[in-house]
Amino acid sequence: MTLAISEAAGAGRQVLPRLLAGVTGGGRAGLLEHEDLLGPLPLPASTASKRADRARAARLIDVVERSGLTGRGGAGFPTGRKLRSVAAGRGAVVVANGAEGEPASAKDRLLLTRAPHLVLDGISLAAYAVGADRAYLAVHETSSRLAAGLEGAVAARQAAGIDPVPVTLVGIPDRYVASEQSAIVQVINGGPALPTFAPPRTHEKGVDGRPTLVNNVETLAHLALIARFGDGWFRSAGTPAAPGTMLVTISGAVARPGVYEIELGTPLGTVLMQAGGPTEPLQAILTGGFFGTWLPVETAWHLPLTLRGVRAGGGTLGAGIIVALSAAACGLAETARVVRYLAHETAGQCGPCIFGLPALAEVLAGLAYGGGRQLPERIRELIPLVEGRGACRHPDGATQLARSALRAFAPDARWHAERGPCGGVRYGPVLSVPGDLEAW
Amino acid sequence: MTRRLLVNPILCTGHGVCAELVPELIEMDPWGYPLVSRAELPAELAAHARRAITSCPELALLIDDRPGR
Repeated sequence: MTLAISEAAGAGRQVLPRLLAGVTGGGRAGLLEHEDLLGPLPLPASTASKRADRARAARLIDVVERSGLTGRGGAGFPTGRKLRSVAAGRGAVVVANGAEGEPASAKDRLLLTRAPHLVLDGISLAAYAVGADRAYLAVHETSSRLAAGLEGAVAARQAAGIDPVPVTLVGIPDRYVASEQSAIVQVINGGPALPTFAPPRTHEKGVDGRPTLVNNVETLAHLALIARFGDGWFRSAGTPAAPGTMLVTISGAVARPGVYEIELGTPLGTVLMQAGGPTEPLQAILTGGFFGTWLPVETAWHLPLTLRGVRAGGGTLGAGIIVALSAAACGLAETARVVRYLAHETAGQCGPCIFGLPALAEVLAGLAYGGGRQLPERIRELIPLVEGRGACRHPDGATQLARSALRAFAPDARWHAERGPCGGVRYGPVLSVPGDLEAW
Repeated sequence: MTRRLLVNPILCTGHGVCAELVPELIEMDPWGYPLVSRAELPAELAAHARRAITSCPELALLIDDRPGR
Protein backbone atom coordinates (compact mmCIF):
# COMPACT_ATOMS: atom_id res chain seq x y z
CA MET A 1 0.00 0.00 0.00
CA THR A 2 1.32 3.37 -0.91
CA LEU A 3 0.10 6.88 -1.04
CA ALA A 4 1.40 7.34 -4.53
CA ILE A 5 -1.72 8.56 -6.22
CA SER A 6 -1.66 8.36 -9.97
CA GLU A 7 -4.22 10.04 -12.14
CA ALA A 8 -4.93 6.60 -13.54
CA ALA A 9 -6.28 5.51 -10.16
CA GLY A 10 -9.52 7.37 -10.68
CA ALA A 11 -9.72 6.96 -14.43
CA GLY A 12 -12.70 5.05 -15.67
CA ARG A 13 -14.57 5.41 -12.41
CA GLN A 14 -18.13 6.51 -12.82
CA VAL A 15 -18.74 10.14 -11.97
CA LEU A 16 -21.73 9.64 -9.70
CA PRO A 17 -22.58 8.45 -7.18
CA ARG A 18 -19.33 8.56 -5.28
CA LEU A 19 -20.10 8.41 -1.57
CA LEU A 20 -23.11 6.22 -1.98
CA ALA A 21 -21.70 4.01 -4.76
CA GLY A 22 -22.36 0.32 -4.36
CA VAL A 23 -24.89 0.91 -1.64
CA THR A 24 -28.17 -0.44 -2.86
CA GLY A 25 -31.62 -0.38 -1.35
CA GLY A 26 -31.59 -0.27 2.42
CA GLY A 27 -28.30 -2.13 2.61
CA ARG A 28 -25.21 -1.33 4.58
CA ALA A 29 -21.79 -1.92 3.12
CA GLY A 30 -19.87 -4.28 5.40
CA LEU A 31 -16.09 -4.23 5.56
CA LEU A 32 -15.65 -6.87 2.83
CA GLU A 33 -18.05 -5.21 0.40
CA HIS A 34 -16.45 -1.87 1.12
CA GLU A 35 -12.96 -3.19 0.36
CA ASP A 36 -14.20 -5.10 -2.71
CA LEU A 37 -15.66 -1.89 -4.06
CA LEU A 38 -12.92 0.58 -3.21
CA GLY A 39 -9.86 -1.42 -2.24
CA PRO A 40 -8.13 -1.32 1.14
CA LEU A 41 -7.50 1.76 3.23
CA PRO A 42 -4.67 3.53 1.36
CA LEU A 43 -2.51 4.07 4.41
CA PRO A 44 1.23 3.45 4.16
CA ALA A 45 2.75 1.21 6.83
CA SER A 46 4.89 3.28 9.18
CA THR A 47 8.59 3.12 8.55
CA ALA A 48 11.55 3.30 10.89
CA SER A 49 12.04 6.91 9.90
CA LYS A 50 9.73 9.40 11.59
CA ARG A 51 10.83 12.03 9.13
CA ALA A 52 9.82 9.88 6.15
CA ASP A 53 6.43 9.25 7.78
CA ARG A 54 5.85 12.95 8.32
CA ALA A 55 6.80 13.70 4.73
CA ARG A 56 4.27 11.18 3.50
CA ALA A 57 1.60 12.62 5.77
CA ALA A 58 2.41 16.06 4.38
CA ARG A 59 1.95 14.71 0.85
CA LEU A 60 -1.55 13.49 1.75
CA ILE A 61 -2.39 16.99 2.98
CA ASP A 62 -1.03 18.38 -0.33
CA VAL A 63 -3.38 16.10 -2.26
CA VAL A 64 -6.37 17.16 -0.15
CA GLU A 65 -5.44 20.82 -0.57
CA ARG A 66 -5.15 20.44 -4.35
CA SER A 67 -8.51 18.64 -4.48
CA GLY A 68 -10.25 21.80 -3.26
CA LEU A 69 -12.36 19.81 -0.77
CA THR A 70 -14.24 22.04 1.66
CA GLY A 71 -16.07 21.12 4.86
CA ARG A 72 -19.51 19.64 4.25
CA GLY A 73 -20.85 20.40 7.73
CA GLY A 74 -21.93 23.90 6.82
CA ALA A 75 -18.97 26.24 7.24
CA GLY A 76 -17.29 25.24 4.00
CA PHE A 77 -13.75 25.78 5.28
CA PRO A 78 -10.98 24.34 3.07
CA THR A 79 -10.20 20.90 4.50
CA GLY A 80 -6.55 20.88 3.40
CA ARG A 81 -5.85 24.13 5.21
CA LYS A 82 -7.52 22.85 8.38
CA LEU A 83 -5.47 19.64 8.26
CA ARG A 84 -2.27 21.64 7.80
CA SER A 85 -3.04 23.94 10.70
CA VAL A 86 -3.75 21.05 13.11
CA ALA A 87 -0.77 19.05 11.82
CA ALA A 88 1.51 21.95 12.76
CA GLY A 89 0.75 21.39 16.46
CA ARG A 90 1.80 18.53 18.69
CA GLY A 91 -0.29 15.58 19.88
CA ALA A 92 -3.31 16.21 17.67
CA VAL A 93 -6.73 14.59 18.13
CA VAL A 94 -9.33 13.88 15.42
CA VAL A 95 -13.06 14.24 16.01
CA ALA A 96 -15.56 13.17 13.35
CA ASN A 97 -18.87 14.98 13.77
CA GLY A 98 -21.74 12.68 12.86
CA ALA A 99 -24.15 14.22 15.36
CA GLU A 100 -26.41 15.85 12.82
CA GLY A 101 -28.09 18.62 14.82
CA GLU A 102 -29.92 20.20 11.91
CA PRO A 103 -33.49 18.84 11.88
CA ALA A 104 -33.88 19.26 8.11
CA SER A 105 -30.73 17.24 7.33
CA ALA A 106 -30.54 13.46 7.02
CA LYS A 107 -27.35 12.94 5.04
CA ASP A 108 -24.88 12.20 7.85
CA ARG A 109 -27.16 9.56 9.28
CA LEU A 110 -27.59 7.99 5.85
CA LEU A 111 -23.85 7.98 5.22
CA LEU A 112 -23.06 6.45 8.62
CA THR A 113 -25.79 3.85 8.17
CA ARG A 114 -24.97 2.84 4.60
CA ALA A 115 -21.23 3.44 4.26
CA PRO A 116 -19.70 3.49 7.75
CA HIS A 117 -16.35 2.17 6.53
CA LEU A 118 -15.90 5.07 4.16
CA VAL A 119 -16.22 7.46 7.10
CA LEU A 120 -13.94 5.31 9.29
CA ASP A 121 -11.36 5.26 6.46
CA GLY A 122 -11.54 9.04 6.40
CA ILE A 123 -10.99 9.23 10.16
CA SER A 124 -7.87 7.04 9.89
CA LEU A 125 -6.50 9.07 7.00
CA ALA A 126 -7.15 12.36 8.80
CA ALA A 127 -5.46 10.99 11.93
CA TYR A 128 -2.48 9.95 9.81
CA ALA A 129 -2.33 13.36 8.10
CA VAL A 130 -2.27 15.37 11.33
CA GLY A 131 -0.24 12.85 13.35
CA ALA A 132 -3.06 12.11 15.81
CA ASP A 133 -2.88 9.21 18.25
CA ARG A 134 -6.58 9.29 19.15
CA ALA A 135 -9.81 9.68 17.23
CA TYR A 136 -13.48 10.04 18.12
CA LEU A 137 -16.70 9.60 16.20
CA ALA A 138 -19.60 11.57 17.66
CA VAL A 139 -23.19 10.49 16.99
CA HIS A 140 -26.50 11.15 18.73
CA GLU A 141 -26.89 8.97 21.78
CA THR A 142 -30.57 8.46 21.01
CA SER A 143 -29.70 6.77 17.70
CA SER A 144 -29.07 3.39 19.33
CA ARG A 145 -29.40 1.41 16.09
CA LEU A 146 -26.94 3.65 14.33
CA ALA A 147 -24.52 3.44 17.25
CA ALA A 148 -24.79 -0.36 17.36
CA GLY A 149 -24.01 -0.57 13.64
CA LEU A 150 -21.01 1.69 14.06
CA GLU A 151 -19.74 -0.28 17.06
CA GLY A 152 -19.87 -3.38 14.87
CA ALA A 153 -17.98 -1.62 12.09
CA VAL A 154 -15.28 -0.34 14.47
CA ALA A 155 -14.92 -3.83 16.00
CA ALA A 156 -14.60 -5.48 12.57
CA ARG A 157 -11.82 -3.08 11.65
CA GLN A 158 -10.08 -3.62 15.00
CA ALA A 159 -10.16 -7.39 14.44
CA ALA A 160 -8.70 -6.90 10.97
CA GLY A 161 -6.07 -4.50 12.32
CA ILE A 162 -6.98 -1.77 9.86
CA ASP A 163 -6.93 1.43 11.86
CA PRO A 164 -3.58 2.37 13.40
CA VAL A 165 -5.31 4.89 15.67
CA PRO A 166 -8.17 3.68 17.89
CA VAL A 167 -11.59 5.20 17.18
CA THR A 168 -13.89 5.83 20.15
CA LEU A 169 -17.63 6.33 19.67
CA VAL A 170 -19.07 9.26 21.61
CA GLY A 171 -22.79 9.70 22.33
CA ILE A 172 -24.04 13.26 22.06
CA PRO A 173 -27.46 14.39 23.36
CA ASP A 174 -30.01 14.82 20.60
CA ARG A 175 -30.02 18.60 20.75
CA TYR A 176 -29.22 21.27 18.26
CA VAL A 177 -26.53 23.04 20.33
CA ALA A 178 -24.97 19.76 21.51
CA SER A 179 -23.79 18.93 18.00
CA GLU A 180 -21.83 22.18 17.70
CA GLN A 181 -18.11 21.33 17.52
CA SER A 182 -17.01 22.97 20.76
CA ALA A 183 -19.87 21.20 22.58
CA ILE A 184 -18.69 17.82 21.29
CA VAL A 185 -15.14 18.58 22.39
CA GLN A 186 -16.46 19.55 25.83
CA VAL A 187 -18.35 16.22 26.10
CA ILE A 188 -15.17 14.30 25.24
CA ASN A 189 -13.38 16.31 27.93
CA GLY A 190 -15.96 15.13 30.45
CA GLY A 191 -18.03 18.31 30.52
CA PRO A 192 -21.61 19.17 29.61
CA ALA A 193 -22.81 19.05 25.99
CA LEU A 194 -22.78 22.82 25.60
CA PRO A 195 -20.80 25.12 23.31
CA THR A 196 -17.77 26.88 24.79
CA PHE A 197 -16.42 30.36 24.27
CA ALA A 198 -13.70 30.98 21.68
CA PRO A 199 -10.82 31.77 22.04
CA PRO A 200 -9.36 29.23 22.29
CA ARG A 201 -10.58 27.59 19.08
CA THR A 202 -10.82 23.81 18.99
CA HIS A 203 -8.17 23.53 16.28
CA GLU A 204 -5.75 25.24 18.67
CA LYS A 205 -6.92 23.80 21.97
CA GLY A 206 -9.60 21.14 21.99
CA VAL A 207 -9.66 17.62 23.43
CA ASP A 208 -7.36 17.55 26.51
CA GLY A 209 -6.12 20.97 25.44
CA ARG A 210 -4.58 19.53 22.30
CA PRO A 211 -4.97 20.77 18.73
CA THR A 212 -8.16 19.09 17.55
CA LEU A 213 -9.38 18.48 14.03
CA VAL A 214 -13.18 18.46 13.98
CA ASN A 215 -14.63 17.44 10.64
CA ASN A 216 -18.07 16.52 9.44
CA VAL A 217 -18.38 12.81 8.56
CA GLU A 218 -19.20 13.56 4.91
CA THR A 219 -16.01 15.60 4.59
CA LEU A 220 -14.03 12.62 5.91
CA ALA A 221 -15.77 10.26 3.48
CA HIS A 222 -14.70 12.50 0.58
CA LEU A 223 -11.17 12.47 2.02
CA ALA A 224 -11.20 8.66 1.94
CA LEU A 225 -11.98 8.74 -1.79
CA ILE A 226 -9.47 11.51 -2.58
CA ALA A 227 -6.71 9.47 -0.87
CA ARG A 228 -7.59 6.55 -3.16
CA PHE A 229 -8.29 8.22 -6.49
CA GLY A 230 -6.51 11.56 -6.30
CA ASP A 231 -7.29 15.23 -6.54
CA GLY A 232 -7.66 15.13 -10.34
CA TRP A 233 -10.39 12.54 -10.04
CA PHE A 234 -12.13 14.57 -7.29
CA ARG A 235 -12.09 17.62 -9.54
CA SER A 236 -13.64 15.70 -12.43
CA ALA A 237 -17.02 16.45 -10.83
CA GLY A 238 -18.23 19.90 -9.85
CA THR A 239 -16.78 23.22 -10.97
CA PRO A 240 -13.16 24.44 -10.87
CA ALA A 241 -13.97 26.74 -7.93
CA ALA A 242 -16.25 24.24 -6.19
CA PRO A 243 -15.10 20.73 -7.07
CA GLY A 244 -16.68 17.42 -6.16
CA THR A 245 -20.09 16.33 -5.03
CA MET A 246 -22.24 17.04 -2.01
CA LEU A 247 -24.93 15.14 -0.18
CA VAL A 248 -28.12 17.18 -0.29
CA THR A 249 -31.22 16.57 1.81
CA ILE A 250 -34.31 17.60 -0.16
CA SER A 251 -37.73 17.92 1.41
CA GLY A 252 -40.97 19.88 1.15
CA ALA A 253 -43.19 19.91 -1.93
CA VAL A 254 -41.18 17.53 -4.13
CA ALA A 255 -42.18 14.12 -5.45
CA ARG A 256 -39.32 12.11 -3.95
CA PRO A 257 -37.86 13.77 -0.85
CA GLY A 258 -34.60 12.27 0.39
CA VAL A 259 -30.82 12.47 0.33
CA TYR A 260 -29.16 12.88 -3.06
CA GLU A 261 -25.53 13.09 -4.07
CA ILE A 262 -25.29 16.11 -6.35
CA GLU A 263 -22.45 17.51 -8.40
CA LEU A 264 -21.51 20.97 -7.15
CA GLY A 265 -22.55 23.70 -9.57
CA THR A 266 -25.82 22.00 -10.51
CA PRO A 267 -28.61 24.63 -10.67
CA LEU A 268 -30.96 24.34 -7.69
CA GLY A 269 -33.93 23.85 -10.01
CA THR A 270 -32.20 20.84 -11.57
CA VAL A 271 -31.47 19.54 -8.07
CA LEU A 272 -35.19 19.70 -7.26
CA MET A 273 -35.99 17.90 -10.52
CA GLN A 274 -33.71 15.05 -9.44
CA ALA A 275 -36.00 14.69 -6.43
CA GLY A 276 -38.94 14.26 -8.78
CA GLY A 277 -39.67 17.95 -9.17
CA PRO A 278 -42.27 20.12 -7.44
CA THR A 279 -45.61 18.56 -6.58
CA GLU A 280 -47.24 21.99 -6.23
CA PRO A 281 -46.49 25.48 -7.52
CA LEU A 282 -43.62 26.80 -5.36
CA GLN A 283 -43.13 30.24 -3.86
CA ALA A 284 -39.76 29.88 -2.14
CA ILE A 285 -36.87 27.58 -1.40
CA LEU A 286 -35.22 27.27 1.97
CA THR A 287 -31.50 26.70 1.54
CA GLY A 288 -29.32 25.70 4.48
CA GLY A 289 -32.09 24.41 6.76
CA PHE A 290 -33.12 25.85 10.11
CA PHE A 291 -29.95 27.98 10.09
CA GLY A 292 -30.53 28.92 6.49
CA THR A 293 -32.26 31.42 4.27
CA TRP A 294 -35.48 31.71 2.32
CA LEU A 295 -35.09 32.60 -1.32
CA PRO A 296 -37.95 33.39 -3.73
CA VAL A 297 -38.22 30.43 -6.08
CA GLU A 298 -37.46 32.55 -9.15
CA THR A 299 -34.20 33.71 -7.52
CA ALA A 300 -33.20 30.26 -6.30
CA TRP A 301 -34.07 28.15 -9.34
CA HIS A 302 -31.03 29.09 -11.44
CA LEU A 303 -28.47 29.49 -8.65
CA PRO A 304 -25.65 26.95 -8.79
CA LEU A 305 -25.35 24.53 -5.88
CA THR A 306 -22.10 25.93 -4.45
CA LEU A 307 -21.50 27.90 -1.26
CA ARG A 308 -20.50 30.94 -3.29
CA GLY A 309 -23.27 30.59 -5.85
CA VAL A 310 -26.03 30.38 -3.27
CA ARG A 311 -24.44 33.21 -1.29
CA ALA A 312 -24.42 35.41 -4.39
CA GLY A 313 -28.18 34.97 -4.50
CA GLY A 314 -28.44 36.04 -0.86
CA GLY A 315 -28.67 32.51 0.55
CA THR A 316 -26.61 29.97 2.45
CA LEU A 317 -26.10 26.32 1.68
CA GLY A 318 -25.39 25.04 5.19
CA ALA A 319 -24.98 21.29 5.32
CA GLY A 320 -26.66 20.88 1.92
CA ILE A 321 -30.33 21.34 2.74
CA ILE A 322 -33.06 22.32 0.31
CA VAL A 323 -36.73 22.64 1.22
CA ALA A 324 -39.33 23.48 -1.41
CA LEU A 325 -42.13 25.68 -0.08
CA SER A 326 -45.53 25.43 -1.74
CA ALA A 327 -47.22 28.64 -2.87
CA ALA A 328 -50.15 27.55 -0.69
CA ALA A 329 -48.05 27.59 2.50
CA CYS A 330 -47.13 30.60 4.63
CA GLY A 331 -43.42 31.29 4.86
CA LEU A 332 -43.89 33.59 7.83
CA ALA A 333 -45.72 30.88 9.80
CA GLU A 334 -42.96 28.39 8.94
CA THR A 335 -40.32 30.87 10.07
CA ALA A 336 -42.16 31.62 13.31
CA ARG A 337 -42.36 27.92 14.15
CA VAL A 338 -38.69 27.31 13.45
CA VAL A 339 -37.52 30.35 15.43
CA ARG A 340 -39.75 29.30 18.33
CA TYR A 341 -38.07 25.89 18.20
CA LEU A 342 -34.61 27.50 18.10
CA ALA A 343 -35.54 29.71 21.07
CA HIS A 344 -36.41 26.58 23.06
CA GLU A 345 -33.18 24.96 21.89
CA THR A 346 -30.87 27.64 23.29
CA ALA A 347 -28.11 26.21 25.43
CA GLY A 348 -29.18 28.74 28.05
CA GLN A 349 -25.69 30.09 28.52
CA CYS A 350 -25.65 33.54 26.91
CA GLY A 351 -28.06 36.34 27.88
CA PRO A 352 -28.71 37.72 24.38
CA CYS A 353 -29.69 34.22 23.19
CA ILE A 354 -31.72 33.36 26.34
CA PHE A 355 -33.77 36.57 26.13
CA GLY A 356 -33.36 37.65 22.52
CA LEU A 357 -34.50 34.48 20.77
CA PRO A 358 -37.82 34.18 22.64
CA ALA A 359 -38.42 37.89 21.99
CA LEU A 360 -37.76 37.39 18.29
CA ALA A 361 -39.90 34.25 18.23
CA GLU A 362 -42.79 36.08 19.89
CA VAL A 363 -42.79 38.96 17.41
CA LEU A 364 -42.52 36.54 14.47
CA ALA A 365 -45.45 34.52 15.80
CA GLY A 366 -47.35 37.79 16.25
CA LEU A 367 -46.75 38.70 12.61
CA ALA A 368 -47.61 35.23 11.29
CA TYR A 369 -50.70 34.50 13.36
CA GLY A 370 -51.89 37.93 14.50
CA GLY A 371 -50.88 41.12 12.77
CA GLY A 372 -49.80 44.65 13.60
CA ARG A 373 -48.24 47.36 11.46
CA GLN A 374 -45.24 47.85 13.74
CA LEU A 375 -44.20 44.17 13.77
CA PRO A 376 -41.88 43.97 10.72
CA GLU A 377 -39.95 46.97 12.02
CA ARG A 378 -39.81 45.43 15.49
CA ILE A 379 -38.24 42.28 13.96
CA ARG A 380 -35.64 44.41 12.17
CA GLU A 381 -34.78 46.12 15.47
CA LEU A 382 -34.41 42.85 17.36
CA ILE A 383 -32.12 41.14 14.84
CA PRO A 384 -28.96 43.19 15.59
CA LEU A 385 -29.59 42.80 19.34
CA VAL A 386 -29.27 39.02 18.99
CA GLU A 387 -26.92 38.41 16.08
CA GLY A 388 -23.28 37.62 16.83
CA ARG A 389 -23.81 37.89 20.58
CA GLY A 390 -23.67 34.25 21.62
CA ALA A 391 -20.66 32.05 22.29
CA CYS A 392 -21.76 29.86 19.39
CA ARG A 393 -23.65 30.68 16.20
CA HIS A 394 -27.00 29.34 17.38
CA PRO A 395 -28.64 32.78 17.70
CA ASP A 396 -27.22 33.84 14.32
CA GLY A 397 -29.09 31.04 12.58
CA ALA A 398 -32.39 32.33 13.88
CA THR A 399 -31.70 35.93 12.91
CA GLN A 400 -30.55 34.92 9.45
CA LEU A 401 -33.74 32.96 8.88
CA ALA A 402 -35.91 35.83 10.16
CA ARG A 403 -34.13 38.41 8.03
CA SER A 404 -34.43 36.29 4.90
CA ALA A 405 -38.13 35.70 5.59
CA LEU A 406 -38.83 39.45 5.68
CA ARG A 407 -36.99 39.75 2.35
CA ALA A 408 -38.35 36.70 0.52
CA PHE A 409 -41.92 37.12 1.80
CA ALA A 410 -42.00 40.93 1.76
CA PRO A 411 -45.48 41.31 0.17
CA ASP A 412 -46.78 38.60 2.48
CA ALA A 413 -45.28 40.38 5.52
CA ARG A 414 -47.10 43.59 4.52
CA TRP A 415 -50.37 41.67 4.16
CA HIS A 416 -49.95 40.05 7.58
CA ALA A 417 -48.96 43.31 9.23
CA GLU A 418 -51.92 45.21 7.83
CA ARG A 419 -54.69 42.64 7.52
CA GLY A 420 -53.75 39.66 9.69
CA PRO A 421 -52.90 36.06 8.85
CA CYS A 422 -53.09 34.86 5.24
CA GLY A 423 -54.83 31.62 4.30
CA GLY A 424 -51.45 29.85 4.18
CA VAL A 425 -51.17 29.58 7.97
CA ARG A 426 -53.69 26.73 7.79
CA TYR A 427 -51.44 24.78 5.40
CA GLY A 428 -49.79 21.93 7.31
CA PRO A 429 -46.30 22.53 8.68
CA VAL A 430 -43.65 22.05 6.00
CA LEU A 431 -40.66 22.17 8.33
CA SER A 432 -41.23 19.62 11.04
CA VAL A 433 -39.57 20.50 14.31
CA PRO A 434 -38.41 17.67 16.56
CA GLY A 435 -40.58 16.89 19.58
CA ASP A 436 -44.09 18.06 20.26
CA LEU A 437 -44.31 21.82 20.40
CA GLU A 438 -47.66 21.61 22.17
CA ALA A 439 -46.01 19.80 25.06
CA TRP A 440 -43.73 22.76 25.86
CA MET B 1 -3.06 43.80 14.67
CA THR B 2 -6.41 45.05 15.88
CA ARG B 3 -7.34 45.15 19.54
CA ARG B 4 -10.99 45.02 20.48
CA LEU B 5 -12.94 44.56 23.64
CA LEU B 6 -14.70 41.21 23.77
CA VAL B 7 -17.22 39.81 26.21
CA ASN B 8 -17.46 36.14 27.04
CA PRO B 9 -21.27 35.85 26.88
CA ILE B 10 -21.25 32.57 28.82
CA LEU B 11 -19.62 34.20 31.85
CA CYS B 12 -21.48 37.53 31.59
CA THR B 13 -24.55 37.76 33.83
CA GLY B 14 -25.36 41.40 33.11
CA HIS B 15 -24.05 43.25 36.16
CA GLY B 16 -23.56 46.30 33.96
CA VAL B 17 -20.36 47.57 35.59
CA CYS B 18 -18.58 47.70 32.22
CA ALA B 19 -21.18 49.95 30.59
CA GLU B 20 -20.75 52.44 33.44
CA LEU B 21 -16.97 52.45 33.17
CA VAL B 22 -16.65 52.70 29.38
CA PRO B 23 -19.97 53.99 28.02
CA GLU B 24 -18.07 55.07 24.89
CA LEU B 25 -17.64 51.39 23.95
CA ILE B 26 -20.36 49.54 25.82
CA GLU B 27 -24.12 50.06 25.89
CA MET B 28 -26.71 47.89 27.58
CA ASP B 29 -29.26 45.92 25.55
CA PRO B 30 -32.95 45.74 26.58
CA TRP B 31 -32.21 42.67 28.74
CA GLY B 32 -29.29 44.22 30.63
CA TYR B 33 -26.42 42.62 28.73
CA PRO B 34 -23.53 44.61 27.26
CA LEU B 35 -23.44 45.50 23.58
CA VAL B 36 -19.71 45.87 23.03
CA SER B 37 -18.38 47.98 20.17
CA ARG B 38 -16.71 45.85 17.52
CA ALA B 39 -14.47 48.69 16.46
CA GLU B 40 -10.79 48.84 17.31
CA LEU B 41 -10.08 49.85 20.90
CA PRO B 42 -8.93 53.50 20.79
CA ALA B 43 -5.67 54.13 22.66
CA GLU B 44 -7.20 56.92 24.76
CA LEU B 45 -9.79 54.47 26.13
CA ALA B 46 -7.36 51.65 26.86
CA ALA B 47 -7.00 52.56 30.54
CA HIS B 48 -10.78 52.68 31.01
CA ALA B 49 -11.14 49.39 29.20
CA ARG B 50 -8.56 47.77 31.47
CA ARG B 51 -10.43 49.05 34.50
CA ALA B 52 -13.65 47.58 33.15
CA ILE B 53 -11.91 44.25 32.61
CA THR B 54 -10.60 44.06 36.17
CA SER B 55 -13.83 45.41 37.69
CA CYS B 56 -16.17 42.93 36.01
CA PRO B 57 -17.59 40.73 38.80
CA GLU B 58 -17.56 37.70 36.46
CA LEU B 59 -14.25 38.57 34.77
CA ALA B 60 -16.13 38.19 31.49
CA LEU B 61 -14.40 40.97 29.55
CA LEU B 62 -11.19 40.57 27.66
CA ILE B 63 -9.10 42.29 25.04
CA ASP B 64 -8.99 40.32 21.82
CA ASP B 65 -5.77 40.85 19.91
CA ARG B 66 -5.75 37.75 17.74
CA PRO B 67 -4.68 38.43 14.20
CA GLY B 68 -7.17 38.14 11.40
CA ARG B 69 -10.24 38.94 13.45
